[in-house]
Amino acid sequence: MAVLGGTERAAKVRWSLINIVVLVYALVPVLWIVSLSFKTKETLTDKNFIPREWTLQNYADIFTTNQFLRALLNSVGIAVIATLIAVVLGTMAAYAIARLDFPGKRLLVGVSLLIAMFPQVSLVTPLFEMERSLGLFDTWPGLILPYITFALPLAIYTLSAFFREIPWELEKAAKMDGATPAQAFRRVIAPLAAPGVFTTAILVFIFCWNDFLFAISLTSTTSSRTVPAALSFFQGSSQFEDPTGTVSAAAVVITVPIILFVLFFQRRIVAGLTSGAVKG
Amino acid sequence: MAEIVLDKVSKRYPDGALAVSDVDITIADGEFIILVGPSGCGKSTTLNMIAGLEDITGGELRIDGQRVNERAPKDRDIAMVFQSYALYPHMSVRENMAFPLRLAHVDKETINRKVEEAARILDLGQHLDRKPGNLSGGQRQRVAMGRAIVRDPKAFLMDEPLSNLDAKLRVQMRTSVAKLQRKLGTTTVYVTHDQTEAMTLGDRVVVMRGGLVQQIGSPQALYEQPVNLFVAGFIGSPSMNFLPATLADGQLRTPLGAVPLTDRIRRLAEAAKAPREVIVGLRPEHFEDAALLDEAELGAGATFTATVEVMESMGSDKFAYFLVEGETATSAELDELAAESGSAEMTDGGAQIVTRLSAASSIKEGDEAEVWFDPDKLHLFDPSDGRTLTHSD
Ligand SMILES: Nc1ncnc2c1ncn2[C@@H]1O[C@H](COP(=O)(O)OP(=O)(O)O)[C@@H](O)[C@H]1O
Ligand SMILES: [Mg+2]
Repeated sequence: MAVLGGTERAAKVRWSLINIVVLVYALVPVLWIVSLSFKTKETLTDKNFIPREWTLQNYADIFTTNQFLRALLNSVGIAVIATLIAVVLGTMAAYAIARLDFPGKRLLVGVSLLIAMFPQVSLVTPLFEMERSLGLFDTWPGLILPYITFALPLAIYTLSAFFREIPWELEKAAKMDGATPAQAFRRVIAPLAAPGVFTTAILVFIFCWNDFLFAISLTSTTSSRTVPAALSFFQGSSQFEDPTGTVSAAAVVITVPIILFVLFFQRRIVAGLTSGAVKG
Repeated sequence: MAEIVLDKVSKRYPDGALAVSDVDITIADGEFIILVGPSGCGKSTTLNMIAGLEDITGGELRIDGQRVNERAPKDRDIAMVFQSYALYPHMSVRENMAFPLRLAHVDKETINRKVEEAARILDLGQHLDRKPGNLSGGQRQRVAMGRAIVRDPKAFLMDEPLSNLDAKLRVQMRTSVAKLQRKLGTTTVYVTHDQTEAMTLGDRVVVMRGGLVQQIGSPQALYEQPVNLFVAGFIGSPSMNFLPATLADGQLRTPLGAVPLTDRIRRLAEAAKAPREVIVGLRPEHFEDAALLDEAELGAGATFTATVEVMESMGSDKFAYFLVEGETATSAELDELAAESGSAEMTDGGAQIVTRLSAASSIKEGDEAEVWFDPDKLHLFDPSDGRTLTHSD
């Protein structure tokens, strides 16, 4: 017993150490940015982890420049619209994949997998050319469209895992109770799929929110530049001023909501990501 | 309420499997009819075609004389109880039962009245505001029944509605389903793979096998006059004993010894052009401990002597299992029945005979006992196609 307890404690200690190493490795850069965002211009480069002089000036600065607010509006607008459309389309596609046997079903699943795996970098130049000739370059739709394209496979995958877990007999029961297919979907299937749809929406939103590649390549002005791209255009008030403080503050502003969101809905997201795997 | 007619109804699934073929059943208004058969024989498919959940690929389905093949389930006015109950987990019991009425745009007051009434009949009154997830199996089952009865449909369809309950509850619910059906008088089609359920519940029973209807009749008719080996072996518990036998010189030579043919059996066998080699079927309840019978009774029957392998006392009567040396009866039907009941393991060196003896019998395990049986009760079957050679009608 004592021996067993001893090895158990040793294992615990070992795991705790590993956890701490991983946490530190992952969190230090994030905390560093947080720390930078609270530092004054003079102490920015003092290499202290904890700011010696705390200031909110960087936050005040970004919220008084049009540049950041406009980018924030673009980010929210583009991510929300892309998420809505991707989730609606994904729901319909996933429902069909989970429930119906139609010719080309495997092909559809395969192609959507292919899209998810396609290196996005290789598409940037063609997309740039296409959007320029279509007049979509540097517009909201110019970002929303590629986001939908690359978010859909993710949406379809998570959602079809959820749909597969809703017993088909419920739908049959609804039909027997006198429901049209549309009523059965709206009153029985949709309420049950809601947690899955919600999880998918969060995942898709994060994907759109965090994107840098398309945001930097397919925009040229503040009219559609999202925050991740706008950050790289931040400048100090003079050529000699270092914008690190404001960039850090902006990074914190767009990251913290996501972190809180994920922490808050962690269980749901994990359930959503693994539900297909666990229950076949 | 309605008369339901299946006229040469067939189902071929898109993958080419013929699940149901040429089923002819006329279900009278108010009748309680049971579809029974081993799993995979097409019972659910047949039920789903009546419901409209599966397309009918051949033949015609008529409800009250009208062809309904092409009608959607909601236009057939039929309610269904599923094996899994299929209750809506996000709705309370009350909402579950009210769902069909709300879809039919019944006014609120009527909905409330009907739901309360159904809840009273099914003893669900105090659970109306709970979610199905918090109910026991038996309660869920009753909610499923409630959802079916609230809207007074033309017919009820039930697909193994009791098979998810434990044995005791199943027997209890069986009685209440039967009572409910009698009370409502609604045409009911009930699917089960359990022959006991079929025998105790239905006005008539349809025995199916491999997508084909084997026999339709009252439980008594199926028991006394099975048309073939399959029905004979499927109906009755413990099931009928089968032995190979030879018809010769007005006698039946069996592993139990020579059995005299009664006039009735001889006439029927002749009329059916019985072959020489046959299978004889004897129900367990047609045996008796010879020691309990007087001379006259013994003389009117046949006896054999064998060793009791296992003795099970049920209190009211005793089941004695004998091993009879010699060949065992073989046919496709018997193989299928054995596979279904899981008794496929062969008793080597002979056939097992199950007998039901009076509780007064003093036979013990290991005894060499003399057992009597009534030769007029035996059935003869043609081993080549399984048909009953002693079927009279
Ligand atoms: N959707 C389907 N597609 C193809 N074959 C099916 C389908 N559903 C059932 N079957 C086949 O049809 C036959 C009858 O099935 P079913 O009606 O469910 O049997 P039962 O309810 O009597 O157990 C089985 O052989 C089964 O494999
Ligand atoms: Mg079935």
